[in-house]
Amino acid sequence: MTENKDNELYGLMAEFDTSEELVEASRKTYDAGYRNLDAYTPFPVEELPEVVGFKKPILPRIVLIGALVGMTLGFGMQYFASAIHYPLNIGGRPLNSWPSFIPITFEMTILVAAFAAVLGMFALNGLPQPYHPVFNVPRFKLASRDRFFLCIESVDPKFDLAGTREFLRALQPADVFDVEP
Amino acid sequence: MSMRYSILRKPIIEGDKSLGQITDDVARTLETGPTRLWWFAFMISFSVLVVGIAAVSYQIKVGIGTWGLNKTVGWAFDITNFVFWVGIGHAGTLISAILFLFRQRWRTSINRSAEAMTVFAVICAGIFPLIHMGRPWLFFWIAPYPNFRGPLWVNFRSPLLWDFFAISTYFTISLVFWYIGLIPDLATLRDRAKSKIKKAVYRITSFGWNGSVRTWHRYETVYILLAALATPLVLSVHSIVSMDFATSVIPGWHTTIFPPYFVAGAIFSGFAMVLTLMIIARKVLNYQEYITLDHIEKMCKVILTTGGIVGLAYATEMFMAWYSVNEYERFAFINRALGPFAWAYWTMVSCNVIIPQLLWIKKLRRSIVVVFLMSIVINIGMWFERFVIIVTSIHRDFLPSSWALYKPTLIEIATLLGSFGLFFTAFLLFARFIPFIAIGEVKGVLSYGRRKNHKPATIQNSEQELEAVEI
Repeated sequence: MTENKDNELYGLMAEFDTSEELVEASRKTYDAGYRNLDAYTPFPVEELPEVVGFKKPILPRIVLIGALVGMTLGFGMQYFASAIHYPLNIGGRPLNSWPSFIPITFEMTILVAAFAAVLGMFALNGLPQPYHPVFNVPRFKLASRDRFFLCIESVDPKFDLAGTREFLRALQPADVFDVEP
Repeated sequence: MSMRYSILRKPIIEGDKSLGQITDDVARTLETGPTRLWWFAFMISFSVLVVGIAAVSYQIKVGIGTWGLNKTVGWAFDITNFVFWVGIGHAGTLISAILFLFRQRWRTSINRSAEAMTVFAVICAGIFPLIHMGRPWLFFWIAPYPNFRGPLWVNFRSPLLWDFFAISTYFTISLVFWYIGLIPDLATLRDRAKSKIKKAVYRITSFGWNGSVRTWHRYETVYILLAALATPLVLSVHSIVSMDFATSVIPGWHTTIFPPYFVAGAIFSGFAMVLTLMIIARKVLNYQEYITLDHIEKMCKVILTTGGIVGLAYATEMFMAWYSVNEYERFAFINRALGPFAWAYWTMVSCNVIIPQLLWIKKLRRSIVVVFLMSIVINIGMWFERFVIIVTSIHRDFLPSSWALYKPTLIEIATLLGSFGLFFTAFLLFARFIPFIAIGEVKGVLSYGRRKNHKPATIQNSEQELEAVEI
């Protein structure tokens, strides 16, 4: 049994020369039934997220919530200050003079929405990420330069060291590496 | 689409670069020591900055009585500089957000540096209202927070407060947007770094970025979202700046066209500044293949368009003054064109409306020298536009007995110069320590205008055959 050996590795990684080869290989890997796979590229590759079965991100919804919170906060602050906490009667004009509250409400909407977007992205991506096993592969430092990597993680139910290595070899990568955990 | 057609567009990046070459080209500037030219430029900028710091310290110590203001002209040099610098910033956001939403992929070579320009320009802008407060150490009074001064709140109905919110939001978002774009490039630098300290610094600043497809996908989503948020934001910022004037009852300020007029002017001047910086940088840093003549030409077209809007706004103002049959309004504009500050008005018209028309000629749009001179002319013109709007509108108000003239003092001029010193010092440091070109983004557009799965040998032949044809 290769069971024990499996757990010692984070996964297996294949290196490719071009993004097209990587997309092709990822598609084959996904079709072969692997689900815990990830691809690493020096720039965003358009088709890749679909190919590895990445679902629609929930980020837009987080940003919408942020925008609504910012809007409420912005308007609420001005309403509270002008109509409740510090009412000033200026020639009998309405205390809740909402048209003049719009610019600040707008700015607050944008500000909180943008923070939601950035912090949401950080949280979902698990950044900051002090350690990640993929960096144990010496050649992986080229992933930010011009090489393309595909990693099948050992947590995948279909993962089997010898079989998966064989499978990756069949995709004709430049090389296949073990990824230490 | 381009896959099926055999005729390809011209590549955005010249020189048929490979992915690795792009990394090398951009990182090389950071890894080699500063050139003599850089030191020379830095010394000058820094000296000017020191002069500015001295001037600002002096006016904070003595008070803003050191300025040439009087009872009639209460806003002049200082607010002119503020509006000028905020305007400069707008081009950066336009390039990073609006052109991104319009899928103008050529923006990738210039967006990093244009965004840096935005951040520095907004810093320069922020300094002026801060000094203008008179007691800058109490600046935090403008923020709404629970305090023991009453229950006392800031005046939420005042455009000056809107301005505070607009500028601070704009600065924050520009900075965040810029940094988000920087993370993958910092990861690239981390993977290249040889020294331990450098590696540690890049490791921390890149947050452990590993370029996984999920990370990239969320990153792209956040980039689109930020662009979509920054687009209305940038339009709102200069609109709100214009409301500082437009919501008053001063003839010459009280105009409904101010918001779009100011936004167009901001983009106009901002692109001029981008051109000034890029033309120098592409030469000094040797980025001619990334920031190509095509880039410069495209920016010239933006300048031509926004310059047209600015020209139209000048004409509309004049027309409305006449059409309103309001004697004060009419006087304000006659005084603007023929009064004691007529020289400033005509400088503005020549620099912003007349001279830029030369850019209709393609040959001049593609001439580095012409475009460089033009960008400086436009910057001067746009500075004068703000000066004209502010000073000529108030120096002769409703009562002739209170009419006055305005002359800046040396302190004010030194402060303006100092802001340029700060801007260029910051920009030079940026060019030295941060990737000047967005490496990851440029790699993304590399296949633009190339055959899929091309081999470098064949592309050259096909390029020559097809060069003349564009879809």
